[in-house]
Amino acid sequence: MHDDKGGEGPSLVSIRTMDIAVAVFCLVLAAIIIMDSTRLGFRWREDGPAAGYFPFYIGLIIAISSLVNLARAISSKGAPKTFVTKQAFRQVLAVLIPLAVYVLFVGWIGIYVASAIYIALFMWYFGRYALPKGAAIGIGVSLVLFVMFEIWFLVPLPKGPLEDLFGF
Amino acid sequence: MEELASLLNGFYVVFSPFNFMLMIVGILLGVIIGVLPGLGGANGVAILLPLTFSMSPTSAIIMLSCIYWGALFGGAITSILFNIPGEPWSVATTFDGHPMAQQGKADEALTGAFTSSFVGAIVAVVMITFLAPLVAKFALKFGPAEFFAVQFLTFASFIGMGKGSAFKTLASMCLGFGLASVGLDTVTGQLRMTFGITDLLTGFKFLTAVIGLFGIGEILASMESGLAFSGSHAKLKLNAVIEAWKKLPRYWITFVRSCVVGCWMGVTPGGATPASFMSYGLAKRFSKNGERFGKGELEGVVAPETAAHAAGTSALLPMLTLGIPGSPTAAVLLGGLLIWGLQPGPLLFVEQKDFVWGLIASMYLGNLVGLMIVLTCVPLFAAILRIPFSIIAPVIMVICAVGAYTINNAMFDVWMMVGFGIVAYCFNKLSYPLPPFVLALVLGDMAESSFRQAMLLSQGSVTIFWSNGLVGSIMSLGLILLLWPVISWVLDKMRAAKAA
Repeated sequence: MHDDKGGEGPSLVSIRTMDIAVAVFCLVLAAIIIMDSTRLGFRWREDGPAAGYFPFYIGLIIAISSLVNLARAISSKGAPKTFVTKQAFRQVLAVLIPLAVYVLFVGWIGIYVASAIYIALFMWYFGRYALPKGAAIGIGVSLVLFVMFEIWFLVPLPKGPLEDLFGF
Repeated sequence: MEELASLLNGFYVVFSPFNFMLMIVGILLGVIIGVLPGLGGANGVAILLPLTFSMSPTSAIIMLSCIYWGALFGGAITSILFNIPGEPWSVATTFDGHPMAQQGKADEALTGAFTSSFVGAIVAVVMITFLAPLVAKFALKFGPAEFFAVQFLTFASFIGMGKGSAFKTLASMCLGFGLASVGLDTVTGQLRMTFGITDLLTGFKFLTAVIGLFGIGEILASMESGLAFSGSHAKLKLNAVIEAWKKLPRYWITFVRSCVVGCWMGVTPGGATPASFMSYGLAKRFSKNGERFGKGELEGVVAPETAAHAAGTSALLPMLTLGIPGSPTAAVLLGGLLIWGLQPGPLLFVEQKDFVWGLIASMYLGNLVGLMIVLTCVPLFAAILRIPFSIIAPVIMVICAVGAYTINNAMFDVWMMVGFGIVAYCFNKLSYPLPPFVLALVLGDMAESSFRQAMLLSQGSVTIFWSNGLVGSIMSLGLILLLWPVISWVLDKMRAAKAA
């Protein structure tokens, strides 16, 4: 659904390469599942099937289907199709890295402050908004969340030094 | 007429002011969720699920199912006005809906879409009202082998009826099963695949997966394509509603056909998206105006919308009676039932009458209230869409993070959400289907335990799955579906050989 929308520019990775990478990734997961299932035992015991019985076969099916996917990807012919262009990948990273930093900060300074900063910076960077405008929306969203979760529904979210200051 | 008495009792349950308020709140939230890209029915319900933990299960399901109806309605708004399907099942609605909007007939298209959604849903609810108790009564006779057979059939049908690579579907599905088996094994008490990581003790939560897969994944895809909203004004005049309603009865055959397609696809886990495409295709083929489809034909809006809503609603029938959800959103609702301490399955109809009939009654009311709300509020929702994406996107990210955190009050889930977002981004581009993955993650434990119980009964012999006519026929049907790609390949070869 999303192909051919990835902007212009040179291809960074082809569909074929990613198909291979994902198939290999699945194979690794299958290996982990099978390994742990053999540790738990995948055979029949006196009291019924052992704990690894079901996962073992699941792992086996993942392995087989991934091998087929891998073989198909390797043997695929024709012009390479683009998985992502350089420009589009930069765009994706520009979303992904701040998201990871945001999640990291949620643990440190609490979700409300982190969210306000995240929204403000996101708007400033992608939408070319002035920082005060972004900050206003960020703080507004955080306040709504705070009222909804901490006061209305009594669901505690991660809080940091600022909330401590106000005695929450 | 036992059903009607139960249904009346259900209406009695729903008609408390608190539940009625929840219904309206749910529909409004649902429409907003449906309108915003990146927040779909499944993860919208997943994010809001923790808010319902303190409510009674009946109130909670009323609110959540109304969010679902709202999302089903909302998907059509963006498709018609902006050519952006807010939900996958409204992709087919863009084909004729958006051209109509460009010709200045947005109000007619929207009225047509909402009305057909309503018709589809009501037909499906009537079907649920009368069929569900029968199915449940029948399913009470099910043993573990029969349950596993039905679950097997569910998953086999993904492979048999899915488009694209069967092996990718299989890999995606089994990854879901694999993740579901992580954590404490409830039968033996052993730890599986946790490798000493304490966060994994409780296993992977499917809610985290849903929020990451459908929320973060969508945003990543939208950011990449540099999505920008640009759309036409939407005004819904009262006489336009009446004018459109005058035209609709003409398409009664399309309505009937789409309802049948939708109900069928919803009960078998085909889901709303294929139902809408199939119904659009059928309407195009059988309509007198078939060649005008795609240029702004009202019938081309009626067909997919009716089918999508009929499928979305009837997906709840197998969820309530068998504990097998017909769609990812139904899977999230099923997860909710488990969290509220209800055991989905046929016993629900015996032990939790208030809950089941309250839910069914809320389906009637919810859709009626939903129709009225969307018909009056279209300009308002269109205004939401004028908010630029660079504001909407971070807010959705924050909402997703909050949703992931509240599942278990753990940062670990928020990190997993980011991981699932990346997985979804890759899987979408490589056409690995996501619904089988989610369904396997939700049903994994249940499928495994019914499989193990069945094997215990038979002392490890698979013949138990053919031990009586019922389980045997379900299992055989499942096998045929599972092997369908192979069968159709062989048939094609034979036909080609004959032709040569």
